[in-house]
Amino acid sequence: MSSEPVAVRLARRGNVLVPLGAVIAALFLGALMILALGANPFEGYWELIKGAFGGTDNLANTATRAMPLLLVGTGITISFRAKVINIGGEGQIIAGALLSTVTALTVPGLPPIVLIPLVLLMGCVGGAIWGGIPGALKAYLGVNEILSTIMLNIVAIQLMNYLLRDPLIDPLEIERGTRIPQTERLSENADLPILIPGTRLHLGVVVALMAAVAAWVFLWRTTLGYRVRAVGASAPAARYAGISVKRMTTLALTLSGAMCGLAGAVLVFGSESHRLLTDGSSSGFTGVAGFNGIVAALFGGLHPLWTIPSSFLFGGLLVGANAMQRAIQVPAALIVAINGLVVVFVVSSTSIRTKLTRLVTLFDQAAAERASPGELQSADREEVTP
Amino acid sequence: MKRFRWLALLLVFALVGAACGDSDDGDGADSSGDGEGLRAAVVTPSAENDLAFSQSIVDALHALESEGLLSEVAVTEGTFIVEDAAVALRAYADEGYDLVIAHGSQYGSSLQEIAPDFPDTAFAWGTAADTFGLSNVSAYTAASDQGGYVMGVMAAGLAGDGSIGVVGPIEVGDAKLFVDGFIAGASSAGGSATAVYIDSFSDTTLAAETATSFVANGATVLTGTAQMTVGAIGVADGAGVPWFGTQSNQTKVAPDVVVASQVYKWEVVLRDLVSSINGGTLGGSTYEITLANEGLVIEYNDAYDLSADVKSAGDDAANSIADGSVSTGQ
Amino acid sequence: MNDWLTATFAVVTIASAVRLATPYLLASMGEAVGQRSGVLNLGVDGVMLLGGFMAYWTVLETKNLLLGVVAGIVTGAVLGLIYATVTIVFHAEQGISGIGLYLFGLGMSELLFQEQVGTPLPIKSFSTVRIPLLADIPKIGEVLFDHSLMAYAAILLVPVLTVVLNKTTLGLNIRAVGENPEAVDSLGVSVARTRLITIVFGNAMAGLAGAALVIELGIFQNNVTNGMGFIAVALVYFGAWRPAGVLAGSLLYGLVTAIVTQWKTAGLVTGAAASFTSMAPAVLTVIALVVIARRNAPQPSALTHPFVRGH
Repeated sequence: MSSEPVAVRLARRGNVLVPLGAVIAALFLGALMILALGANPFEGYWELIKGAFGGTDNLANTATRAMPLLLVGTGITISFRAKVINIGGEGQIIAGALLSTVTALTVPGLPPIVLIPLVLLMGCVGGAIWGGIPGALKAYLGVNEILSTIMLNIVAIQLMNYLLRDPLIDPLEIERGTRIPQTERLSENADLPILIPGTRLHLGVVVALMAAVAAWVFLWRTTLGYRVRAVGASAPAARYAGISVKRMTTLALTLSGAMCGLAGAVLVFGSESHRLLTDGSSSGFTGVAGFNGIVAALFGGLHPLWTIPSSFLFGGLLVGANAMQRAIQVPAALIVAINGLVVVFVVSSTSIRTKLTRLVTLFDQAAAERASPGELQSADREEVTP
Repeated sequence: MKRFRWLALLLVFALVGAACGDSDDGDGADSSGDGEGLRAAVVTPSAENDLAFSQSIVDALHALESEGLLSEVAVTEGTFIVEDAAVALRAYADEGYDLVIAHGSQYGSSLQEIAPDFPDTAFAWGTAADTFGLSNVSAYTAASDQGGYVMGVMAAGLAGDGSIGVVGPIEVGDAKLFVDGFIAGASSAGGSATAVYIDSFSDTTLAAETATSFVANGATVLTGTAQMTVGAIGVADGAGVPWFGTQSNQTKVAPDVVVASQVYKWEVVLRDLVSSINGGTLGGSTYEITLANEGLVIEYNDAYDLSADVKSAGDDAANSIADGSVSTGQ
Repeated sequence: MNDWLTATFAVVTIASAVRLATPYLLASMGEAVGQRSGVLNLGVDGVMLLGGFMAYWTVLETKNLLLGVVAGIVTGAVLGLIYATVTIVFHAEQGISGIGLYLFGLGMSELLFQEQVGTPLPIKSFSTVRIPLLADIPKIGEVLFDHSLMAYAAILLVPVLTVVLNKTTLGLNIRAVGENPEAVDSLGVSVARTRLITIVFGNAMAGLAGAALVIELGIFQNNVTNGMGFIAVALVYFGAWRPAGVLAGSLLYGLVTAIVTQWKTAGLVTGAAASFTSMAPAVLTVIALVVIARRNAPQPSALTHPFVRGH
């Protein structure tokens, strides 16, 4: 293979090179915007890379930030594989966080070995409920899931705001009259243990990795997972094969919600403050993971294992962007706009990636033909030649 | 050879970028090298020019910078994600800033975990009243009920037979304090004020609809707090209904209808804070801006023709609160 | 205030509902046309924000409301061209590129607002237009015939779009492209051109919706839409891709929001109950869809599928 032309060798690396090129193109446009704001883009981007991947602390921050993206992304993968679009990640994260928080408030005295798995499980349950509702509504009553998940996001935010400003509020906040909408510091027994002392890297990262692997095993190594994918591939065919499309649709959204709910629990018990708090919207708590997780999943080609590096890179972009804002003092809004550009460019590059893959296949076929002439039918060649 | 032209253009951009950046760099290094003062950093939840909560602290820090008390002010704005704020606070402390401010009550519980890791850094957070018993954390808060009360008194004077509408975000924290003070002031002067919390800090449209609804139901004076109230100010402006502002001077937004604004002057507490840090005390105190210490100032809109009676009723209320003879009920 | 069942209450509530519904209706109709041709656009909120900002900025500088509306439409159309390039030329995944478009619009509108305007300065709004004679009909006159120009325009677009979609060649092509692009392509109709038209139209409508919102508010603020664009996308499903259905959905959402707001200002709901009524528009929209439209029309078969000839 070493005798291959450079172009072909590059094309073989297309899976990595093309998205990377797209990111660079988007960052170039971003650089022009930074220039227009009177700051130095090189310095800015250097700070971004340093802030995301430079040193243990920053890598730990990136991993911590990537964790909810990976969990949500894994959930998104499951639902998209069943051809169900889950835009309800934000609401499901909140539902999981609320139920796990209530659990920790109810039984704070349990030993960590019991309490930590329990709150994580309750996070899954909360998210599963919030995902199961639109799943069942779609399967049994024909309510489109995009509509119901968007609406349930709104309901979850209002529910959280109400619970945190009244029933679940830290009693100290009422006593002092400051009334900050947050719970008391939750039981230390539920704290997710820190993996590397001195950093923010906590057990949640391992939980997320395990969840991604579990989702892969579920989708590709179990009968149930096969059924879910069969429904996504072709509902009529699945029905013909005796698979209950309704049950699989509900299951896919329920599992998807469970993953998001788990992210909610991990966000609460792995947070710096170890409590649930709200800024009135969902994003102050979720970090918009419900949407960013969709992006991470699709960058990862809707594959749970590929979502791992994709979440890590996207988390790095988010962490690094904040570092860049600190270092060169550009408005936060610029970072949001550049993130948008990166998403648009990378997603646009996938078709180029596909074309390259096809070219490589062509080249290989040609090589195979050279090796054993006459074996390929001429009709085949016509088909693959554009 | 078209492609080369593009390359050339790219190169030019790159060089211009490098050049611009270098000159910026130079300036930055100069300003931080010059002063003797402290280096301060602040993390705010919304934009630094939001004409409300975030702008109030950034303006104050820049005021102290121009007084020479601070040698450098670094701002991370728009950090509504609490975990991102925590990362930024740690980073500033790591980078050796002398004073790191968490300007958002939602950041406090994170600060509680961060501050012990940086015993030589002074932290402050607001609006809050709790220093968690840590010797390097100060808390600052605004007695926004006081200005609210004063403006409530004036609103009752302006309302005539009409009612007074108050547009609130979510019934929490600083917003609740202001709203409660305002209502207490209005009713002390015989007015009837109703508060509606729209359950959102960001829904400008709903704030506007609520204000419209108030006007339709006979409100003749309006007020509101938090960043989404610009929607309500727009309605007040359109309907010609007097408006009372808070957190920063809102006259610019609607010069025809803004009567007065309660303005936060954090300089007052920051000056004390800086001098105690210079004296070697990194924290442990709680600061409050009030009418008495002139951290809260009622700024009037000169263009608004406010009757002398109403204004003097407001002044009386302000004096009585400042000398302690009247309580806002908080 | 005990007059919440009176005619005044109805007039005020309906006026409020129509005001609230107008941006939803405009954005939602645009999205519906796009989806009819098989293109999902989740970036509506971002387009509304950037369109709204450009409209606001234009009005602030020129004092001309009509120019502002044009600026909103043009901004939307330009973003539409970008989105069309991304989805038609590059066959990009629509859900994700829509989120990219949303983030870009959100960030750019905020950045431009901070750099170019800074302080939210008020602009004038469209005054309501009383339709002569009709508006003087007692009771229902004011309810039906005293709204802003944008509201009338939005409602008038409902029958126009219905006719275009159902009775014209263009409409037939749009629907066919959304159902079976391969067949349409084999008949010599350009799938790409048809989708280009619907995408640019849909985004221009989103830009117009942003302009309508901002001009009605008379002010701009960071993230002024607060997620309205996402609700507009949801309402397309409520309306089963029909302009009249979208109208019903927008009015329902607007009406419930308006009623809740009226109740709150009249002091009829307070405390915890007030918090729960804030959820009412979202909950009722879902319930209404369950009750009324149980036999929901199936979505366009080619929705979210990029068209690549020969695949």
